[in-house]
Amino acid sequence: MLAPSPPLSIRGLFKEYVPGKPVLRGLDLDVEAEGITAIIGPSGTGKSTLLRCINRLVEPTSGEIRLHGENLAALRGRALRLARRRIGMVFQEYNLVERLSVMENVLCGRLGHVALWRVFLRRYPQADIDRAFALLDAVGLPEHATRRADALSGGQRQRVGIARALMQRPDLLLADEPTSSLDPRTAVEVLELLARLTGEVGVPVLLNIHNVELARRFARRVIGLSEGAVIYDGPPDGLRDAHLRAIYGGEDWL
Amino acid sequence: MSAAARRAFAPNWAARAGFAALALYVVYATAQLDLTWARLSIGFGEAGRLFARMLPPNFARWELLAEGMLESLQIAVLSTALGILLSLPLGLLAARNIAPWFVAVPVRGFIAVCRSLHYVIVAILFVKALGFGALAGVAALTVASMGFIAKLFAEAVEEISMKPVEAARAAGGGTLAVLIHAVLPQVASRFTGFCLYQLDSNLRNSTLVGIVGAGGIGGTLFAAFKRFDYDFVSAILIAIIALIFLAELLSGRIRAAMR
Repeated sequence: MLAPSPPLSIRGLFKEYVPGKPVLRGLDLDVEAEGITAIIGPSGTGKSTLLRCINRLVEPTSGEIRLHGENLAALRGRALRLARRRIGMVFQEYNLVERLSVMENVLCGRLGHVALWRVFLRRYPQADIDRAFALLDAVGLPEHATRRADALSGGQRQRVGIARALMQRPDLLLADEPTSSLDPRTAVEVLELLARLTGEVGVPVLLNIHNVELARRFARRVIGLSEGAVIYDGPPDGLRDAHLRAIYGGEDWL
Repeated sequence: MSAAARRAFAPNWAARAGFAALALYVVYATAQLDLTWARLSIGFGEAGRLFARMLPPNFARWELLAEGMLESLQIAVLSTALGILLSLPLGLLAARNIAPWFVAVPVRGFIAVCRSLHYVIVAILFVKALGFGALAGVAALTVASMGFIAKLFAEAVEEISMKPVEAARAAGGGTLAVLIHAVLPQVASRFTGFCLYQLDSNLRNSTLVGIVGAGGIGGTLFAAFKRFDYDFVSAILIAIIALIFLAELLSGRIRAAMR
């Protein structure tokens, strides 16, 4: 599983939604094969854009994004879909299909693999269903498979979101503010779960997060972004108030 | 300025002028169309005589009645089924959040054309093109159903949450897989509602297309009118009302079960 070079390598990533106003300005970033890499930074600084450029929910303007050597930024059509299957994503607002059951939402992680008629008739291969049940057990929702997603609490929904992402057996997991809609205790529980389950299978995680304390607690490495550029890149205990001032600006809030 | 002169509500001169103009036009149009009390009272008298001749309803020719009703029912069910089948892809292609604009805009135009003509006019056109009979009725009502369901369905699709769609795409789902998994579940119950409503109105509409020769009970009704068989007319009307009531009851049950 472990590649000698970093599995994810980003070079010169530019993104401008409006011409002349870049959100990401030539970002370079390597992500190691394991552990959580937390990205912190003020709102609107391009954290979400960075994650969405990696799985191409957002089109990068220029630059290279290599996952195990393959340049994701250049992929199109079927090749892009095949690449997306290897990248799991956890969203701030869970992005579940509310009217479908928990099981159906978890199996969404297999959409890229399973034949269309199977999706339509809900005749997923038994191996997928077994794995989905195992993941539901792992995220602590063993009894919830047949409940509708909109019957769950926020924390439970995010657990389903994590199970869905892991269902893909991803090479990389992107987590975009996965705890911002959760209360502090649930946020910690969800992050603990995310860290434990991705650690068990050795999947590197790129985690956008607003809460600096949580980033310090769970990440192996912290990247501070400000105005589309890297301000800090290092271990969490190297992060000083001076860095935070440089990342977020201002003084009084610290 | 004294306190009494302060106005709490500003006079709306535009609205007053508008109402005055409307009242004047009503008086003018009434005079133009020669609507007088004398004519109305004569009309009421005639209506009384007509109703008297309608009673009691005459079910002696029940076979003719049943045949026509059955044909209307078939026209309604067939055209609704065809309309649903066609409107499903059309509605998805017309939704601006799912389809690219160069697809959505022409499909919307096509749907607008389907909706622009009243179904009786469409039925007349199909009778000319396909000849008398149920085929013309089915074709006309299919066009009407397609226009109605596709338009409302497209609007429902445009109101869905794009978040699950994003998640399904991120998992590597292809276009159709995303539609099946993330789009349709969000609109399925509303789509069913539109289809039931359209079946309801097609049952009504199918009783009318026969008047222009497009099959169903309408033709029988029209013939009975022309032959002054008013007691048979009332029998047909009672049968139509019973059918509509039955449909209302049934679709109400289905709707309640869908919730």
